[in-house]
Amino acid sequence: MTTRPKDGSPTLGCAGAPWIDGAVHTAANDVPRVRTELSVRDRFGSARIRWGIGRMRYQVPPGLYAAGNPSPGSPVLVSANYKMSFDRLRAALRGRDAWILILNTDGINVWCAAGKGTFGTEEVVRRVQSTALDRIVSHRTLVVPQLGAPGVSAHMVRRSCGFRVVYGPVRAADLPVYLDSGLKAQLEMRRVRFDLGDRAVLIPVELVMGGTYALLIAAVLVLLGGLTSRGYSLASVRTNGLAGAGLILGAFLCSAVLGPVLLPWLPGRAFSVKGAILGLVMIGALTAGSGLTGSWLHIAAWALLVPTIASFVVMNFTGASTYTSLSGVQREMRFAVPAQIAGAVIGFGLWLTGLFVRGGPGT
Amino acid sequence: MRYLENAVSLEFDEKLCNGCGMCVAVCPHAVFDLENKQAILADRGACMECGACARNCEQGAIRVRAGVGCAAAVLSGMLSGGEPSCGCSGDKSKCPPDGAP
Repeated sequence: MTTRPKDGSPTLGCAGAPWIDGAVHTAANDVPRVRTELSVRDRFGSARIRWGIGRMRYQVPPGLYAAGNPSPGSPVLVSANYKMSFDRLRAALRGRDAWILILNTDGINVWCAAGKGTFGTEEVVRRVQSTALDRIVSHRTLVVPQLGAPGVSAHMVRRSCGFRVVYGPVRAADLPVYLDSGLKAQLEMRRVRFDLGDRAVLIPVELVMGGTYALLIAAVLVLLGGLTSRGYSLASVRTNGLAGAGLILGAFLCSAVLGPVLLPWLPGRAFSVKGAILGLVMIGALTAGSGLTGSWLHIAAWALLVPTIASFVVMNFTGASTYTSLSGVQREMRFAVPAQIAGAVIGFGLWLTGLFVRGGPGT
Repeated sequence: MRYLENAVSLEFDEKLCNGCGMCVAVCPHAVFDLENKQAILADRGACMECGACARNCEQGAIRVRAGVGCAAAVLSGMLSGGEPSCGCSGDKSKCPPDGAP
């Protein structure tokens, strides 16, 4: 995207980027100024990333940037080099003068990178030094997003480079109020939420990431569906195979969409339990609506497979959630994974057997 | 929304606390609170084990087994026989080389 000098700070070399608007002259070197108005292209980029397209390459060069016309006394706001994080930050700084210190997190957002330690103490210190920040600003305060705290040790940063870390709000949108109130965060700004909107934007990437596996399993069922006691039958591919593929894909789609949407209202705390219950409701609704016909063996098979799929899909949503702990996930997986394996093996066995044995309401 | 609460590994030694309030500031789930210039565990069950409090406690009064509550990470750890590792980190080889060491 740009060439950078050895010290790692972007210079006018990234002037070609559409979100750059000139430069600010400082005691150390010229600092590129960012636009604080997001373009159509920025917004399209965010929408694209929500579908998981090019998510790992959505980066900006690490280093120091300027918003507005910052002076040596202007605040320094730290963020990650994930472009969506960067965009949220500069959009929040519209009409303000501030410095933006972008860490190299390999294009990962602040919270995830902090968990891995790439948004961490060492990188903060390194970036402060490589940008000669002590020559550019007169104060010694860094505003680090609160969700960077799992990776950053405020007292270690102070010992290493003399800069005091204060933790800003969780959401960049709260920055104007935070800055205007003299770097004081209200309690509400310190809490992570997981509202319907927060959950809904995660659905597309869940669909994309799990969709490949769902399609693969569906394809296998289409092929196997042709098996009968009298050899391979194309008619059976249509009835059993396509019906099976439809049920697999339907179960996956419904779980990946309804799981996140209905999360707070699904009973149970373990995500695998929430998913299993959602699956039971789905299969119940399908049976009640006479959408499920065929042999008894197949009805039994889907009564096991659909809740198993839903349980697994919703369990995987723990990674996207904002409140699950590693210990809790490990605890629920101790009972959920064996149950899911049993459900999948028995369900698939019943379905296979049902291809060869007839008998039931639909035959 | 609350998760499995009795699995939480968070431990707080109040004898070591100097009441700086850093844990209160960094916790995204208000697990800590300040009472009489001393931190208290106000809601231990809400802890998601992100580790922010322990990392920012200069007194070393907080201990937690920090990690990411992600089933996919635990699964990939099980399959590779190692620690839970988050698959969302992407492929490092695709990242542009950084100017800094």
